[in-house]
Amino acid sequence: MEIIKNLYKKIGFPRLIITVFLIMFLISAVGLGLSLPDLLTDIINRFGMNAIMVLAMVPTIQAGTGINLNLALGVIFGLIGALVSMEMGLQGWNSMIVAFSIAIPLAIIAGYLYGLLMNRIKGQEMTVGNYFGFSIVSLMCIFWLIAPFKNESLVWAMGGKGLRVTLTLEDSFGSLLNDFLAFKIAGVKIPTGLLLFFAICAGLVYLFTNTKTGTALRVSGSGEKFAVSNGLNVDKYRILSVIISTVLAAIGIIIYSQAFGFLQLYNAPLYVSMPAAASILIGGATLKKATITHVIIGTFLFQGLLVVALPVINIVSEGSMAEIIRITISNGIILYALTRKAGDTA
Amino acid sequence: MALLQLKDIGKKYSGNQVLEGVSLELNPGEIHGLVGENGAGKSTLMNILFGMPVIHSTGGYEGEMFLDGEVYNPKTPMEAMNLGIGMVHQEFMLIPGFTVVENIKLNRENTRSTVVSKVFGKKLEVLDKKQMVEDAKDALNKLNLDLDYNLPVKGLPVGYMQFIEIAREIDKSNLKVLILDEPTAVLTESEAEQFLEVIKRLSNLGIAILFITHRLDEIKSVTDHITILRDGKLIKSVKTEDITTIEIAGLMVGRDFDITASSIRKFDDDSEIALKIEELYVNMPGEAIKGINLDIRKGEILGIGGLAGQGKLGIANGIIGLYPTRGKIYKDGKELPLNNPREVLEHEIAFLSEDRKEVGLLLDEPIDFNIAYTSIEIKEDFIKKLGPLKIVDKIKVRDHSLDMIKKLDIRCKDQKQHTRYLSGGNQQKVCIARALTFNPDILMVSEPTRGIDIGAKNLVLDTLLELNKKYNMTIIITSSELAELKQVSDRIAIITEGKIQTILPADADDRLFGLAMSGEDIKEVIN
Repeated sequence: MEIIKNLYKKIGFPRLIITVFLIMFLISAVGLGLSLPDLLTDIINRFGMNAIMVLAMVPTIQAGTGINLNLALGVIFGLIGALVSMEMGLQGWNSMIVAFSIAIPLAIIAGYLYGLLMNRIKGQEMTVGNYFGFSIVSLMCIFWLIAPFKNESLVWAMGGKGLRVTLTLEDSFGSLLNDFLAFKIAGVKIPTGLLLFFAICAGLVYLFTNTKTGTALRVSGSGEKFAVSNGLNVDKYRILSVIISTVLAAIGIIIYSQAFGFLQLYNAPLYVSMPAAASILIGGATLKKATITHVIIGTFLFQGLLVVALPVINIVSEGSMAEIIRITISNGIILYALTRKAGDTA
Repeated sequence: MALLQLKDIGKKYSGNQVLEGVSLELNPGEIHGLVGENGAGKSTLMNILFGMPVIHSTGGYEGEMFLDGEVYNPKTPMEAMNLGIGMVHQEFMLIPGFTVVENIKLNRENTRSTVVSKVFGKKLEVLDKKQMVEDAKDALNKLNLDLDYNLPVKGLPVGYMQFIEIAREIDKSNLKVLILDEPTAVLTESEAEQFLEVIKRLSNLGIAILFITHRLDEIKSVTDHITILRDGKLIKSVKTEDITTIEIAGLMVGRDFDITASSIRKFDDDSEIALKIEELYVNMPGEAIKGINLDIRKGEILGIGGLAGQGKLGIANGIIGLYPTRGKIYKDGKELPLNNPREVLEHEIAFLSEDRKEVGLLLDEPIDFNIAYTSIEIKEDFIKKLGPLKIVDKIKVRDHSLDMIKKLDIRCKDQKQHTRYLSGGNQQKVCIARALTFNPDILMVSEPTRGIDIGAKNLVLDTLLELNKKYNMTIIITSSELAELKQVSDRIAIITEGKIQTILPADADDRLFGLAMSGEDIKEVIN
């Protein structure tokens, strides 16, 4: 009994519920004749697509700036990186490397400036971040229209000006990582490159949190007064956390797009933060504490539920419930987490 | 027949007897002084008198009270006020954006009925501004205070705020007893004088006044009767003319000390100076330091004492740089940068804050991390290099903290337990372990035994003594408990009103300490 109690405490109520749901849906999916290997392929693929964006939440939570609801900022610079490499007409690994090498420096600058802002509005980071995201995305809508891109596959066919809403990556780095060393096992396709890339990113973040600097960053978030009395410059570490988060978001969107096969502009970056925030919270993170384990568990459960639940619900009920369910789950989880006392797990 | 009578009042907070068998009588027009150290039970007694909810939510009080011969047992401050008891609090209970009149008449506004109110009830009556101004003027006149009553309270001098609080109380037509809780603590000298005049006028109006203060000269000059509390017990209740200031001071602090007097060391003027402080000003809210000079000798334990709010906590907080500071600090002859905790730590000066939970500990991190952190950050101990990366060596951190846990007898589940779940004493031991790991030249500890039990207390103090002896660590200990300072210190500096009142050897007479804390000039009194 004691063991079960402890296990329950460790897993936590939300994770238990979601795991139970996931299993229920999996069983009914198979019962309804959906292919299990296909579902698993989808879960693994979507896990790899989204995990880096969820990873971007870790540094800001650790440094005490809370959930980074302004992932859109990093996403935009990731998109710009990808666009430039497409404009140059690059293909394969070259295009991806160029996309990264343009996106990352831009994201560092943007993250630094955004970090300065975060230090001025201590205590309201999440609210301000949310609205900052809205503003920057709207501003960039103008940019996408007037940006001097010339490549015919990028701009509208008619008029020859302004970027299209959705751009195919077929000719540049689409599916590059997904196909790298990919193999099939029992009908399930394992996107080795994608998973490997996430593993490297997660490993680097893990390593960083264990360095002296990473430790100081965590202390800054855990107890500001303690940090100051131990000689830390808390503001500096907050900025650093925002920079890392923004860079991870930029990398994240490039990885996401290559797996998805398309680049989505205009309002699309708005829909990045909420699912990522929901994922890490489902994984057991709080507004003050987050680890790589939370990222992995959370992304897996969140994406798993979406992948399995949507087809099942669509078959059982009339009409398309997919989008509604997705938004309800992600926002519901965030709401639940925000009502917890700071420090309690969701 | 006494106006207010207290009989055998006692109070327990969760089994802890904070007040025991206190009896007191108050006559109309009498000014009654109540003195005692911090924690003597003054505030508890006042809370009982004023019917504060905290009393009843913790199980009520023992004993009986009578007002005008009738049993008096207020359950809420509202009830106490209706029966004629008024209280002026230590912190102002004024609304800054409201005018003087509005504050005086707050929640007791004069109202006029209107057509609407006749239909819908009293809540909708309008304010009778004219009558309110008249009343307020009246009350202010009684205090002999000339003041534009239409000004907002915000921005008035502190002294005036105090008067407005009193005006509010005397505006209550049935006021019989006025309780003043350290009213002069925030006043300047001339304001305090004016204030005492006002009190005398009030007593002439037949209002009985219960006056709490730690300034003994005030008590002596203004009261008719004095009651001294210590450790929750009534020590003496006596007519003011029958007691001297020195006697009051002795009764206030006197208790049986068990001093290891032999351990007190004298440091000569030519022994090495570890820390030299010149004209230090610290802007710490509530504990400001206003210009002190102090030499701390190598290897000594300097105690810093004084009453709450006088500034004793400001010194260590200022030296480490957590609050804005100006002046000069030299360590071993080298000038230290101000307002820069990192530099100070790098100069081997460590600080254990009085605010254990916020400044002293990371509550949501494990014990071992708390113990090691300062050393990790400042000295780069517990770090292994991996190429250009400095990785924290968790195994070393664990082994070291297991050592410390054993050495200091920290009661915990294991070294990974979060410090939030430790008792106060064990939390303090974690803090000390952190200082021990850092091993500075100078250690500043503030309120090291606040809120911890006797056993842990002694262990904490013994550890400090041991650090001092074994490593010749210079220690600056700040505490509101004189007994504790006397137990470990070589010298004790008493701080009053942001300045050093005096520095006494730890074995000096208790009465001297009591006088010093009350702001008396010791030399003057002795002569």
